[in-house]
Amino acid sequence: MENQYETIWKELGLNLENHAGLLGVLSDAYTNIYMAQKNRPKGMEYFDFVVSEIHSLRIKEIYEAKESGRPIVGAFCIYVPEEIVLAVDGVCIGLCAGAEVGSEEAEKFIPRNTCALIKGFMGFKLSGLCPYVELTDLIVGETTCDGKKKAYEIFNEITKKVYVMEIPNMKSPKGRELWESEVIRFREKMEALSGKRITVEGLQKGMALVNAKRKALQRLSALRNADPAPISGLDALLVNQVSFYDDPARFTRMTNELCDELEERVKSGSGVAAKGAKRLLVSGSPMAIPNWKLHAIVEGSGAVIVGEEACIGERNFRDMSDENFATVEEAIAKMAGRYLSIDCACFTPNNERLDNINIMAGRLHADGVIHYSLQFCTPYMMEAFKVEKSVDRPFLKIETDYGMEDFGQLKTRVEAFLEII
Amino acid sequence: MRTIGIDIGSRYIKAALVADGKLISFDRRETGCEPLEICRSILGDIEADRVMATGYGRHLLEVHGDIPTVTEIKAFARGARAFFPACRTVIDIGGQDTKVISLDVDGRVWKFEMNDRCAAGTGKFLEVMARTLGYDMAAFGALPADEGEEVRISSMCTVFAESEVVSLIARGVSRSSIAKSINRAVAARVAGMVKRFPAEEEIVFAGGCAHSPLLRGLLEKLVGKTLFVPSVPEITGALGAALCAVPESA
Repeated sequence: MENQYETIWKELGLNLENHAGLLGVLSDAYTNIYMAQKNRPKGMEYFDFVVSEIHSLRIKEIYEAKESGRPIVGAFCIYVPEEIVLAVDGVCIGLCAGAEVGSEEAEKFIPRNTCALIKGFMGFKLSGLCPYVELTDLIVGETTCDGKKKAYEIFNEITKKVYVMEIPNMKSPKGRELWESEVIRFREKMEALSGKRITVEGLQKGMALVNAKRKALQRLSALRNADPAPISGLDALLVNQVSFYDDPARFTRMTNELCDELEERVKSGSGVAAKGAKRLLVSGSPMAIPNWKLHAIVEGSGAVIVGEEACIGERNFRDMSDENFATVEEAIAKMAGRYLSIDCACFTPNNERLDNINIMAGRLHADGVIHYSLQFCTPYMMEAFKVEKSVDRPFLKIETDYGMEDFGQLKTRVEAFLEII
Repeated sequence: MRTIGIDIGSRYIKAALVADGKLISFDRRETGCEPLEICRSILGDIEADRVMATGYGRHLLEVHGDIPTVTEIKAFARGARAFFPACRTVIDIGGQDTKVISLDVDGRVWKFEMNDRCAAGTGKFLEVMARTLGYDMAAFGALPADEGEEVRISSMCTVFAESEVVSLIARGVSRSSIAKSINRAVAARVAGMVKRFPAEEEIVFAGGCAHSPLLRGLLEKLVGKTLFVPSVPEITGALGAALCAVPESA
């Protein structure tokens, strides 16, 4: 019997054979990496379930949302203001970009030496593997790096639904002006797409949802200060990854439930690793689902990752949007300011990031910092040198992609790093 | 106490037997495609109280033999210190990776660099190039450093460099000139890694590639310092692992 999901996948034009293969690989990887962990919090069962239904139940929900007339917006960057999408009752999702799939297809359009994340989203689309991208009414790109900028041009030729927000290079008064005008333009775009006016009430509702999600993620991050760590880095990374595509209200509730359990663990002094296990902060390029490579290597070597200074991590939830506003214009101005506080490596200068890394390393009692760059991710690869100079604890710099051929070398490096600490 | 260090590299498996801190004997065999069998046969031949594995294949023994492991970084540091107690920097050009390790005054690793991902500029690269040019490794490493034409090898990728070499041969460049250029290119790359550190002396050149006087000479010139080569450079890692197996110092 053809199940209900296959009907949807077929309707969305996915390549069913390849898709079945992808789900098989994903499920095996999940079993090997996630289910093999010991002493996981019970609250992770929900996230296991979400991953197992990543292209099924959640797709059905979004499919139904779309049927009911809600606009579906896909994005690749935390600069895209989710509040505005939610203000018109839209659905905002981070699109698939975390696996090495469809490289041959992608290489027909972009160079071989392109960062794995860009190649990933091109590959997912071109090989008919991402149901999310097919469900979107609008794909919001942004000018955070040269690779993405140019890839969006091509992505638009393929999908005909890419909209690009211009992110300034500098946080100067001119840069702020530009960004605010871009947020205003996005508001207009969302109004046109949905046929709804953005109101103060709509924005309040959207902001409340997003802020509640950020607060839950902040709570999770703060709980990782404890020694022994109440949750593995792998699991915490997963929660962060899931935050980009789950229903925000449900995600917030489940994350808070997980945090309640972690609080009990902290109180009773129990955790996933022995007290005194080596604690590491990971900083750098985003790790989109299912990119669990570095965390698997580090935690497979007996250390625990206590924080991700990354877009899929702290940068996504560090700052709240100001919910105090009387007009839509005021809300937009405040929101634009909040987004411009994100310390993305695409800005020059970007000294806030160095401060934030040190603050995080201190708060989390990290014994060392691993700087993680995707190969060809020039902004982060370049900043790694500054980060190395600025951190006051052992430092390891890693450049890699989604492939597994350097697994052995990375393991040696990580283990040697742990021997030094 | 007798301890064995076994260094499972991508090209060779090396073993060292140590008793009371002294090297007693060593063994070296090709890794091939049945490394576990070779490890078992090596270990079956020697009596010891403890074993410690290192090298790329160390986890093979951890999984199949419950043998503890140490990374080759720490093992090389330890082994180099055993040969040269004042060592502060270790260079190893291994089969599939090249590493430079910086030690503090007490011999502890404080920093290391490894090449990225592929075989670019490693021992395997030299081996492939020597074969392409029809040299055995001993002859390849014994070529005089400053004779013949200067040619430039621009690629460090084993695949690309091989085609570069083929086109040089086709142009009529002598094979000894090409061979020297290849060694020079590898030396330049390794020297670049060394220069990312203060490169404190003494600097020890360990690993099988240290048998090559040509490479050593080129490296010394580029780094501008003397390189000390252990009497049996290829067992540096195995010796280090054997020393790490002694409980109080492990």
